[in-house]
Amino acid sequence: MRYIWLIPLLPGAGAAINGLVGIRSFSRKTAGLVACATMTAALALALVAFWQLLGLPADARAYDVNLASWIPKIPLATHDGFGNFEVPWGFRLDPLSGMMLLVVTGIGTLIHVYSTAYMADEPRGGVARFFCYLNLFCFFMLMLVLGNNFLVMFVGWEGVGLCSYLLIGYWYEKKSASDAGKKAFITNRIGDWGFILGIFLVYYTFGTLDFRAVQNAAGAMPIETGHFGVLSLICLFLFVGATGKSAQIPLYVWLPDAMEGPTPVSALIHAATMVTAGVYMLGRNAVLFTHAPEVMTIVAIVGVLTALMAASIGLVQYDIKRVLAYSTVSQLGYMFTAMGVGAFSAGAFHLMTHAFFKALLFLGSGSVIHAMAGEQDMRRMGALKKYLPVTFATMMIGTLAIAGIPPFAGFFSKDEILFRAFMANKIIWVLGGATALMTAFYMFRLMAMTFFGTYRGPAWETHSRADVATAAIHGVSHPADPHAHGQAHKKNHEVSHGPAELHDSSGPGHHAAHADDAHGGHGHGPWHGPHESPKPMTLPLQILAVGAIVAGFVGIPTALGGGNAIEHFLEPSFTVSSHAEGGAPAEHGAAATEHEGAEAHPSTAVELGLMGLSVLIAALGIGLAHRFYVAQPEISEGLASRFSGLHRLLLNKYYVDELYGATAIAGTFAAARRLWTFDRRAVDGAVNGTGWITVISAWLSGLTDRTVVDGLVNLVGWIVRESSHAFRRLQTGLVQNYALLMLFGIFAFVSIYLFVR
Amino acid sequence: MITPTHYMLLSAALFMIGVIGVMVRRNIIIIFMSIELILNAVNINLIAFSAELHNAIGQVFAVFVIAVAAAEAAVGLGIILAFYRNKETINIDEMNLMRW
Repeated sequence: MRYIWLIPLLPGAGAAINGLVGIRSFSRKTAGLVACATMTAALALALVAFWQLLGLPADARAYDVNLASWIPKIPLATHDGFGNFEVPWGFRLDPLSGMMLLVVTGIGTLIHVYSTAYMADEPRGGVARFFCYLNLFCFFMLMLVLGNNFLVMFVGWEGVGLCSYLLIGYWYEKKSASDAGKKAFITNRIGDWGFILGIFLVYYTFGTLDFRAVQNAAGAMPIETGHFGVLSLICLFLFVGATGKSAQIPLYVWLPDAMEGPTPVSALIHAATMVTAGVYMLGRNAVLFTHAPEVMTIVAIVGVLTALMAASIGLVQYDIKRVLAYSTVSQLGYMFTAMGVGAFSAGAFHLMTHAFFKALLFLGSGSVIHAMAGEQDMRRMGALKKYLPVTFATMMIGTLAIAGIPPFAGFFSKDEILFRAFMANKIIWVLGGATALMTAFYMFRLMAMTFFGTYRGPAWETHSRADVATAAIHGVSHPADPHAHGQAHKKNHEVSHGPAELHDSSGPGHHAAHADDAHGGHGHGPWHGPHESPKPMTLPLQILAVGAIVAGFVGIPTALGGGNAIEHFLEPSFTVSSHAEGGAPAEHGAAATEHEGAEAHPSTAVELGLMGLSVLIAALGIGLAHRFYVAQPEISEGLASRFSGLHRLLLNKYYVDELYGATAIAGTFAAARRLWTFDRRAVDGAVNGTGWITVISAWLSGLTDRTVVDGLVNLVGWIVRESSHAFRRLQTGLVQNYALLMLFGIFAFVSIYLFVR
Repeated sequence: MITPTHYMLLSAALFMIGVIGVMVRRNIIIIFMSIELILNAVNINLIAFSAELHNAIGQVFAVFVIAVAAAEAAVGLGIILAFYRNKETINIDEMNLMRW
C-alpha cells in the first residue's frame, strides 16, 4: 500500500479547506460535510490498507513509505563519534499502527458525524472552526500513529497537543474553558519535555531515530536487570512523555478539566485517541522497555496507582462528564499497568476496546447533556430511561463493557490485563481488582443517577410533556424542532461545576430553585423536557455499541476456546523484527518471545478462576451501586455523612490541584516575581545606570566643549583683535603716507642691496 | 661733451623733484604733474642709453611710456573730476576713505 501517507493528509486537507475558506464562507452543513467526507475517505483508505496488511504473511506485515526527505543528512555527534542525522517523512503501517489507524479513523469518522448534529446550534463560523480543529487533530493523530521515526511521531504528538488545547478552549469566551486549555497545554509541555529528551538520548545512543533500526539496535543490547543504564534512562524519559499525554500520575490533572471542551471532543481526543498516544508510544518502543525492567516496574506501579486513584475519585463526582474523565484516567492506568507487566498486546487490546466503549459513553453523555439542555450535574437528572431509549440502551452496553461483564469488549481486554498482572505481581493484581470493583460501581452509579430513580431535573411546559414522552418512547425525535430551544443553553451550561460549589446544594428544594434559575432565567422560550437526540447523534451511538460488543471477540483467550487473535496479530510489533541481520538480536527477540509465551499460559484453571473472580467483582460493584443508588438511595447519603472526611477528600480529588497550586504554580509565580524584581532592580538598573552615565558624560563633554574648545577659538579671535590695534594705525587712507612708506621701503632694500651684499 | 652721466644726473634730479612733489604737495593736480615728471625722468634715461648703446628699443619703450602716461593722465583726471564733484575740493588730505 503505497498510499498510506494519504490517510493523514486527507483530514489535513479538510482542515485546510475549512480553516482557510470555511470559517468565512461555509454554511454549517458544508463545513460538516467537508470534514466528514475527508474522514470517511481516510477511513476507506485505512480499511483498504489494513485489508492488504492482513493479506501478508504474519511475520512480514509492514509497509514502509518514505514520502520525502525532511532533514537531509547532517553530521551530528553520537556517543561513538559522528553519525548522520537524517529524518525522512516516513510512514509505517504494521499491526500496531494498523490497529490504531482503524481506531482513529473509525471512531473519528463516527464522532465527526455526531458533531454535525451536536454542534448544530453554534454560530456558523464556529462550526467551521470546530471542524477545522477536529480534522487537524485527526491529521496529527494519524501522523503520530503512522510515523516510522521518533521525529515524525513527535510532530504528530505536538500537533495533537495543540489541537487538544484549541478544542478544550473552543468556547474561549468562557474563562474556565480557556483556563482548562492552558492547563492541558502546559501540563503536556512537561511531558513533552521528557519525550524530547528521550528522543535526543535515542539519537545519541543509536545514531538513528527510525523505530525499526532503534528496535534492532536495542534488541542487541543486554537487558538492564538490577541497574539503571542508558536504555532505562531513555525509557524513563519516554515514560515521562507518556504520563503527560496519557494523563498518568503526576500529570493527570489536566484531563478532568479538559471536559470543558465540547463533548464530541472529549469523546474523540480525551477518551478514545489522543490520550492513548502514550500507551501507543510505549508499545512502539516495547523492545526498549523490555530491556529496562526497572522502568517497567515504575510504569506498572504508576499505572496501577493512577487507575486506583482516579477510580476512587470517580466514585463521588456528580458531573457526568467528570465521572467519565476519571474513568478514562483510570482505564489508561490499566493500559500502563499492562505495559508495565510486559503485556503489550493486552494493553493495546484494552486501548482498542476502551476506545469503543469510552467513545460510546462520552457520546452517550453528550446525548444526555443535549437532552437536558446543557445540564451536566447528575443530581439534576434521573429517570431519563423513558425519554432517551436509544441513548440508554447504548450507554448500558458501554457500561457493561467497561465494567467487564462478558461477552462485552471490556471483559476480554481487562481480564487479560488482570491475568497478566496476576502472573507478574500479586499486589498489582489486587490493586487492579479493587479498581475493577470501583469501575463497576461508579459506572452503574452514573447509570442509576442518570437513567433510573426519580426525575430530579427542572420542570418544563407540561402540555408538551406527553408528546415528548410518546415521541421519545417511539424513538422519534420531537416533531416540531427537536433541540433548538434547549440547545441554546448548552454553551452556558456545559461547565464542570466544581464539587465544592455543588457540595452545599444537596437538598431537593435547592435543586429546583437553582435549576429554575438556571433554565428559566434565559428567556429562550419553553424547554420541552428531555428528548431523544437527532439521528446523526444516535447512529454513531448504535454503531459504537455494536463495536463495544464485538470488539472483544478478536481477543478471546485460549482458556475460553478462542485463539487470542489480536495478541498474535500484534506480537510482531513488540519484538525485534525477524528480518534483523545478525544472530544476537534475533536470539534476544526469540528469547523474549519464548519467555513471554512460556509465562502467558501456565494453567487454564487459574485463568478461568481469575476470570470468574473478576466477573464476580464486577457483579459486586454493580450490586452495590444498585443498592446504594436505586434500591435504597438513602444509604449513599448515610455513607457520605458517616465518612464525611473521606468523602470530602475524594470529592476534592485528593486536593491534588490545590497541592500543585500551592507548590508548582505558586512556586513558579514566586520565582517569576523574584525574577521580575531582579529584572526591575538589576536589569532596569543597569539600563538606567547606562542612561545616567551617558547623560553625565554628555554633560561633561558639553562643558569641555564650551570652555576648552570654544575658549581656544575665542582666544585666537581675541589675540587677533587685540593685535590689530597696533597695525591698523598704518591704514591711514592717505595716499601720500603709502607712497612715503614705499619710498622708505625702496630705500631700505636698495641700501641693503648696495651695502650689505 | 655731454656724457650719459649728465643725462643720468638730469634724470635723477627730475625724479627727485617729482618724488618730493608727490610727497609734499596737497593739490592733486600738482601731484599728477609730479608723477609726469617722474615718468619723463625715466624717459630721459631710456633715450640717453638708447642713443649711447645704439639700440632703438629704448626709444620704442619711451614712446610706450608716453602713451601710457597719456592714458594715465586721462584716467587720473577723470578720477579727480569725480572726486571734485563729490567733495568740492581737490585736497589730497580729504581723500582718506580707504582707512580702518
